[in-house]
Amino acid sequence: MKLLTNKLFGGKQGLINLAILAGIIFIVLPLGLDLFRLGLIGKYLTYAFVAVSLVMLWGYGGILSLGQGIFFGLGGYCMAMFLKLEASDPISTKIQTTPGIPDFMDWNQITSLPLMWQPFQSLTLTILAVVLVPTVFAYIIGFAMFKRRVGGVYFAIITQAIALILTILIVGQQGYTGGVNGITDLKTMLGWDIRSDSAKYILYYVNGLLLIGTILVGRYIISSKFGMLLLAMRDKEERVRFSGYDVSNFKIFIFCFAALISAIGGAMFTLQVGFMSPSFIGIVPSIEMVIFAAVGGRMSLIGAIYGALLVNLGRTMFSETYPELWLFLMGGLFIAVVMFFPNGLAGLYVKYAKKGKFNALMQKIFPSKASFEQGAEEVSTKTTGAKA
Amino acid sequence: MSNTDFVLAIEDLTVSFDGFKAVDALTLYVDKNELRVVIGPNGAGKTTVLDLICGKTKSTSGSIKFKNTELTKLSEHEIVRAGVGRKFQTPSIYENLSVYQNLEVSYPKGRGVWGSLFFKSTQEVKDSVHNIAKEIMLEEHLQMEAALLSHGQKQWLEIGMLLMQDPELLMLDEPVAGMSAKERDQTADLLNRICKNRSVVVIEHDMEFVKKIAHKVTVLHQGKILAEGTMDKVQKDEKVIEVYLGH
Repeated sequence: MKLLTNKLFGGKQGLINLAILAGIIFIVLPLGLDLFRLGLIGKYLTYAFVAVSLVMLWGYGGILSLGQGIFFGLGGYCMAMFLKLEASDPISTKIQTTPGIPDFMDWNQITSLPLMWQPFQSLTLTILAVVLVPTVFAYIIGFAMFKRRVGGVYFAIITQAIALILTILIVGQQGYTGGVNGITDLKTMLGWDIRSDSAKYILYYVNGLLLIGTILVGRYIISSKFGMLLLAMRDKEERVRFSGYDVSNFKIFIFCFAALISAIGGAMFTLQVGFMSPSFIGIVPSIEMVIFAAVGGRMSLIGAIYGALLVNLGRTMFSETYPELWLFLMGGLFIAVVMFFPNGLAGLYVKYAKKGKFNALMQKIFPSKASFEQGAEEVSTKTTGAKA
Repeated sequence: MSNTDFVLAIEDLTVSFDGFKAVDALTLYVDKNELRVVIGPNGAGKTTVLDLICGKTKSTSGSIKFKNTELTKLSEHEIVRAGVGRKFQTPSIYENLSVYQNLEVSYPKGRGVWGSLFFKSTQEVKDSVHNIAKEIMLEEHLQMEAALLSHGQKQWLEIGMLLMQDPELLMLDEPVAGMSAKERDQTADLLNRICKNRSVVVIEHDMEFVKKIAHKVTVLHQGKILAEGTMDKVQKDEKVIEVYLGH
């Protein structure tokens, strides 16, 4: 039992870091910000799911996916389809040629609900779809790529291509997907108005709880033998293969898991922001998500959340004043992070904020054998941070 | 091909890369508990033979049987699970992990995705890690990051990682390359200890070292066997002297 809590919370230090994060998300921000600003934070925190998924996939697994927007988008679209159907009841759509179907279908001369949309009349099936559709899609991509030992840059490029294809597909099939506008005018979930103030608070907290839950599951995986194997594969894939492991299965699993987390973020995005569109799927948002993880520190699950928050805050502030400059600034930021502090904010935190405590900590961790049991995440951030 | 008593039976093995036959109709048998050393000039196909056995390279024709199981049709991890371990020429260890973790991750349980997620480090695993660490003279460095080990210690660690899997056939590609004289002696002792209950195939250039460990020596030249037998016999062989030892 003690071992399990150690695995989940990452020892004392991990628990403290998690408590600070929870304090910021659940207490400081809701008290300090008005509802509009808090809504923005809530939106950024949905991106944090993707950033966390990239820490596991890229930081630990060494698999760079430049297409995590695919899964964020799929999760978001599944949720949006359910909400859209609820918003398109026959009474509020009675001016349409075919009442009872989403407005964009009516504009595109579709007269009955397409088969693809049928399951989204049920919330249970929708939640299942949010979880399963992106995971199964990731499995198919992962199986096709990793069994053929496609990796590195090639894998990154292929994920980009898939993100682009999916965007084009959604934009092109306007009658089925809402096209470039996406799925908009989402109002209620089972009669509950998601646009009301109380709903916004509730969704913000649900989002926060899911994020903390994701961190805990992520920590469990990282501190298990699976996590050690991820690091081992990143380092010497051949050695892992010739130690009797089917490397591709491990890569497929972590890719699917990353897709699942991203999809949860996407679904929460739809609920909080009230719409979903192809602009969250394509190449640019997918790369931005990698930047969140890089800035936060690609070996730190919690760092990724701060990364997502800070980069997005920066974007909001700068793009209000200099909208054209923001993309250059973001590109510059990414280059600077990769070149000067490859372990991101988490690396800087370890290097400077805790310098005094650092040696004492290493002493405490290393003579005891349980170094990886007490939060491999923290330990490896430190060891790599120390080298940086 | 019929069944044999040999641990490893290679027959008529050929691999050609764009017409160049790196291994040419090779036939080789390794006995139980035998320590075989394969020597030969550069480009003789020594490493390719190991690559073929462990599945890294697929053969063009011929058969490799390990305890009468055909290996040429198995994938790499299945060959390992059948009981064949292979050490690479350059030390292949996980530099980011500690020595302890390097050994633990090589423990042959929890090899599936779910198995590894719910793998528990039992007393048995811990004992096994400590025993192997003692064997490879790294017991005092268990908590050290593997990247900080010396070159020789890295070679030992990789051997230890293979020993964790308790393979029946262990293949080592130039295990003493880059080692000091003292480390070479220690490695020779180590190999003599670990070949007690298993067969070992070693590729090596250092003749002094070969003399210390070899039960039998196979000389490869241009993908074919030039000579085979005890070290004394091979050293006196005219053809061997001409292509290899005489230089």
